[in-house]
Amino acid sequence: MVDLSIDFCGIKSPNPFWLASAPPANSAYQVQKAFEQGWGGAVWKTIGAPVLNVSNRYGTIDYKGAKIIGLNNVELISDRPINTNLKEISEVKRNFPNHAVIVSVMVESKKEAWQEIIKRTQETNCDGFELNFGCPHGMSERGMGSAMGQDPQYTQMVTQWVMEVATKPVIVKLTPNITDIVVPARAAVAGGTNALSLINTINSIMGVDLNTFELRPNVGGKGGHGGYAGMAVKPIALHMLSSVANDSIIQQAKVPISGIGGIETWQDVAEFMLLGATSVQVCTAVMHWGFRIVEDMIDGLSNWMESKNFNTVYDFIGKSLPRISSFGDFDLGFKSAAKINQDKCIQCNLCFIACNDAAHQCIDLQSMQMDEGFQKMFPVVRENDCVGCALCASVCPVNDCISMVEVESHRPHITWNELIKSKPEVLEWDKMEEYRQKSNIHIH
Amino acid sequence: MVEHVKSNRNKIWELSLEDRFKEVYPPLSDKEAQTEAMRCLYCYDAPCIKACPTDIDIPTFIRKIATANVKGSAKTILESNLLGGSCARVCPTQELCEGACVMGSEHKPIMIGRLQRYACDYSASHNIQHFKPLPNNGFKVAIVGTGPAGLACAGELAKLGFDVTCFEKNSLAGGLSTYGIVVFREPVEVSLAEVKQIEALGVKIETNKALGKDFTLNQLIKNYDAVFLGIGLGNVPQLNIPNDKVVIDGLEFIAATKIKDLNTLKIGKRICIVGAGNTAIDCATIAKRLGAQRVTILYRRSEAEMPCYYFEYEFALSEGVGFMFLTQPISINLDFNGQIESLNCVRMDLQNESINGRRISRPVPNSEFNLPCDMLITAIGQNKHHDILDNLNQLGIDIESGYIMVDKHTNQTKHPKIYAGGDCIRLKGEASTVAAVQDGKIAAKAIYENLVSAKVKKVEVKNNG
Ligand SMILES: Cc1cc2nc3c(=O)[nH]c(=O)nc-3n(C[C@H](O)[C@H](O)[C@H](O)COP(=O)(O)OP(=O)(O)OC[C@H]3O[C@@H](n4cnc5c(N)ncnc54)[C@H](O)[C@@H]3O)c2cc1C
Ligand SMILES: Cc1cc2nc3c(=O)[nH]c(=O)nc-3n(C[C@H](O)[C@H](O)[C@H](O)COP(=O)(O)O)c2cc1C
Ligand code: SF4
Ligand code: SF4
Ligand code: SF4
Repeated sequence: MVDLSIDFCGIKSPNPFWLASAPPANSAYQVQKAFEQGWGGAVWKTIGAPVLNVSNRYGTIDYKGAKIIGLNNVELISDRPINTNLKEISEVKRNFPNHAVIVSVMVESKKEAWQEIIKRTQETNCDGFELNFGCPHGMSERGMGSAMGQDPQYTQMVTQWVMEVATKPVIVKLTPNITDIVVPARAAVAGGTNALSLINTINSIMGVDLNTFELRPNVGGKGGHGGYAGMAVKPIALHMLSSVANDSIIQQAKVPISGIGGIETWQDVAEFMLLGATSVQVCTAVMHWGFRIVEDMIDGLSNWMESKNFNTVYDFIGKSLPRISSFGDFDLGFKSAAKINQDKCIQCNLCFIACNDAAHQCIDLQSMQMDEGFQKMFPVVRENDCVGCALCASVCPVNDCISMVEVESHRPHITWNELIKSKPEVLEWDKMEEYRQKSNIHIH
Repeated sequence: MVEHVKSNRNKIWELSLEDRFKEVYPPLSDKEAQTEAMRCLYCYDAPCIKACPTDIDIPTFIRKIATANVKGSAKTILESNLLGGSCARVCPTQELCEGACVMGSEHKPIMIGRLQRYACDYSASHNIQHFKPLPNNGFKVAIVGTGPAGLACAGELAKLGFDVTCFEKNSLAGGLSTYGIVVFREPVEVSLAEVKQIEALGVKIETNKALGKDFTLNQLIKNYDAVFLGIGLGNVPQLNIPNDKVVIDGLEFIAATKIKDLNTLKIGKRICIVGAGNTAIDCATIAKRLGAQRVTILYRRSEAEMPCYYFEYEFALSEGVGFMFLTQPISINLDFNGQIESLNCVRMDLQNESINGRRISRPVPNSEFNLPCDMLITAIGQNKHHDILDNLNQLGIDIESGYIMVDKHTNQTKHPKIYAGGDCIRLKGEASTVAAVQDGKIAAKAIYENLVSAKVKKVEVKNNG
């Protein structure tokens, strides 16, 4: 049996699976039900400033029969009375002393307000705090949520206020609605935070009804930007997670990161952890399927860990981070070319049209005579011309039919950064042409 | 290169003998399984689960296929049904899980059986041991018969820490899964692999050991803390018409195609089969695939009364089997070598009276006719194990119409040590592999509660007192 337990800056959890601060973590009823079904922790739905909600609150995107690949919301923080929330938080902690109960908080930008809510919440015996600097709608217009997360000075200042009074670990939750997420991450670290979590939802408009011209979601005829979440945001979340996890200043501070955004299966979890997350948080997938999805997350991750000989999650957290590099450091001498497995090819010729219309015209169609008397066309790659862009392999509908195989390029193995250092003259087109000739690089 | 020529999969006359006896449905490819799994809605409180007699958590196992956690998927199945690989192949899914699938109304039901087979086959081919039995609890249980009921009971008990020994009168374990289900539905290897998995849980299986011949019930009662009877039913009864010695027992006919070299089997040209249940259909389709020119099912009632499933009827028709309804053989004509030459049959008419909801039929006067036939196979039900039943009766156990009577919540008989399940208790309802598995599970749970939980309670009372 593998060990899934984590110690997240002092917050102990039987496994890395936490409910994100959102509707599934709205009440004691829900959080306790989730714990019973296997969730290791929960970040309570954000409490703080008084609010009023609207309906409808959600808009979604479906794709070719799959429901909710993305979900946007115009919901605010918890609209339940604060005392009810605090009472229920203590109750959950009493019933589940070994699970992680973290309370998300957000109040207006005043020192007294922040320190007061932290002190009040501390009495619930919760395991830690998450500061919601990310909510992109409703609260931001009131100077809270992403309005704080988008201003590094604010982020640092509020974090400091909280650290002055907090006796439990503090996590700062970052907004993705910013150009470089490393900047607010460093600000939170400078403010003394114990940990980071990311991402909150992304600004979005979901769509327009073509009959009524109303927006989705439609709030009595009006609509507006809302926070986008669900599996469609996963690649964005992974990028932001890895850039924060790879940042040298964050690494020096040794703050763990809780990964959020589009997590639905154990495979997603493994990817987030390989890119540096110590715990993960889930909202949309639970909103779609219920708490029960955690069973396969636990089972699938455990089976995968066993197959890779990992005993604890610490054996692979951040394992893929060193592979994250940047364009200037890629090997220009590495070459791959498309190879079609003709035994698997079904001759849909999608690879041909993709390469021909949108890549480099390196696939030819050849004809073959069929027994029934008609001719069929099948694709053949001109390997020498193939630039290895991988578009054909991406469109091919048959598993493992087109593979990108490494081929000898007969080119120098050098990176762009090394090249312009040793031969700065290639930044002129005529010298670049000369270099290409010499280095066996032919582009038609 | 994938050539887009229609395969001759459905034209059995173009296939070699070996190919005709391969599984009718090929395994799902990874892509097929994934695509099909993603179609499942992952319903909450899903109707498919309720329609599975063994309560397999179908949405969960299908979701695990979709997330490529196939090992976990197999575990989810086997937790509820240790013979999931057999059931995936033989269950009448249209009547059970797939019949209840919510996708049936909007689209097509999910192929639950084929997905179950995909996961179980993965588990079997990777030889995965999913369960670690609890430490030995000191109790010994004897199981008689290693069909689905006996094996399921044995496996569940072994998981709970019992010392389990199975006694089987045949030389191979598995019951009808090994000897009775046609090969192109379930190959023998699948059944035997499941037997191995049960043995891997610590179950001992003694083959060629028959109750009533090699040992007695009293010995079992004396030497074991509990006994489970999963003895199924017996051979096909005699037709009781003149010259019925030449008749072939349908079950033996099927068994031969499962365990003998197909090329050595003798087969007639004009074969008649008496009966219209599952066994009759199986005999008929096998006879056809073995190369018989003409295969005809003789049934004394009409289509509407046939006990086989409708999809089996359709399958037989598509295989080229002929049906003569309202027809009954009344005697057999032999040639001078003693070989069967033809049948004398009589036409029947349906009456208005019914038995068990099926209308009865009576011979039409002066309607006899002669039907050429060189091989007659009977599939008109199964005999009861009367010796054993008499013996049970003497122990105070109720027997009704040849079936052992048990409490339906525990499968315990009136004798506190003796439990029973499977076809030998199926007085009412469809006899099926999956129902037999559930019987075995129910008995195992009751045996655990009556022996282990009761002991724990006793100790508690002692400690408190
Ligand atoms: C031809 C045929 C086709 C079928 N097709 C299907 C199908 O497609 N789908 C489906 O769900 N069901 C099908 N069934 C029904 C299904 O096979 C049975 O319901 C199921 O096998 C019952 O399991 P069981 O364990 O009760 O009995 P069995 O499988 O009959 O096993 C009983 C075992 O007990 C042993 N035994 C008997 N007497 C003794 C003794 N005195 N001492 C020791 N051992 C003994 C026997 O040798 C045998 O191994 C079919 C049945 C037949 C006959
Ligand atoms: C309806 C809804 C309400 C949310 N409310 C909050 C909130 O109160 N506080 C917070 O920090 N994040 C909130 N979030 C953001 C989620 O916690 C999470 O960061 C985001 O949804 C991305 O994860 P997902 O893709 O698993 O949904 C909310 C998200 C949704 C969809
Ligand atoms: S999900 Fe429940 S609360 Fe929401 S709209 Fe439907 S019925 Fe109402
Ligand atoms: S896309 Fe794939 S399957 Fe289609 S023609 Fe190209 S190689 Fe063949
Ligand atoms: S009823 Fe059908 S769609 Fe729903 S969970 Fe069962 S198999 Fe899936």
